[in-house]
Amino acid sequence: MIETIALRSIVVERDMAHSPEKIWRALTQSALIEQWLMTNDFQPVIGHRFNFRAEPVMGWNGVTDCEVLELVPQQRLVYSWNASGEQARDGLKTIVTWTLTPHSGGTHVRMEQSGFRPQDEAGYRGMGGGWPRILGQLEEIAAKL
Amino acid sequence: MPETHDMLFRSLADPTRRAIFERLCREGEQTVGSLTAQSGVSQPAVSKHLGVLKQAGLVRDRHEGRQTHYSAQLGALSPLVDWTREMAAFWQRKFDDLEDLLKRMDQ
Repeated sequence: MIETIALRSIVVERDMAHSPEKIWRALTQSALIEQWLMTNDFQPVIGHRFNFRAEPVMGWNGVTDCEVLELVPQQRLVYSWNASGEQARDGLKTIVTWTLTPHSGGTHVRMEQSGFRPQDEAGYRGMGGGWPRILGQLEEIAAKL
Repeated sequence: MPETHDMLFRSLADPTRRAIFERLCREGEQTVGSLTAQSGVSQPAVSKHLGVLKQAGLVRDRHEGRQTHYSAQLGALSPLVDWTREMAAFWQRKFDDLEDLLKRMDQ
């Protein structure tokens, strides 16, 4: 069998001149989340299912299905981030992980969107949730473009 | 998403097909026979996968005598790379918005 290659994830990270306590509030209070990310019915409870809602665009119904998977106050927040409705079956299935690491003068904020399971691959149709799935080694390949 | 993008993603969604493509990227031009030898699937199956990759513009074929040689066309990946950049850009903008909110929370 030819070796198959694991899928990559998107990572965005930044040092912010704010305390983990304050950033945690912005990540976990519904009204605050809405101000920087999207309309939502998030609750900081493991197992809570919620949606992010945006204006629908062509090929995307605008709704993201989520569930709170992990919650370590001021340190780590994990939720699923999946396509919804009719787009759920073939659409995006990802995990978003937020990690806060305090340092002198602020907090290192890291967001990783990842987690495509092998069984999701066959049904994947690219634009399912209006979000990417990124292929392994793409960075390396992209460097040659 | 334009149809060409859709075709690109669908072509690469299949693990065997992606493996064939990645091998062409890593090792350069190959014949169907040589690809089949290491793929674990039959030669007709490999030929079929190559046909799909060719249709998506991901591989090019070159005939030499009785052999057909296939090579990867990295340029066809551009839309995928662009999309990846767009996604990273989405989160970068959200990080900007988060920082703006954090500043407002000070007041």
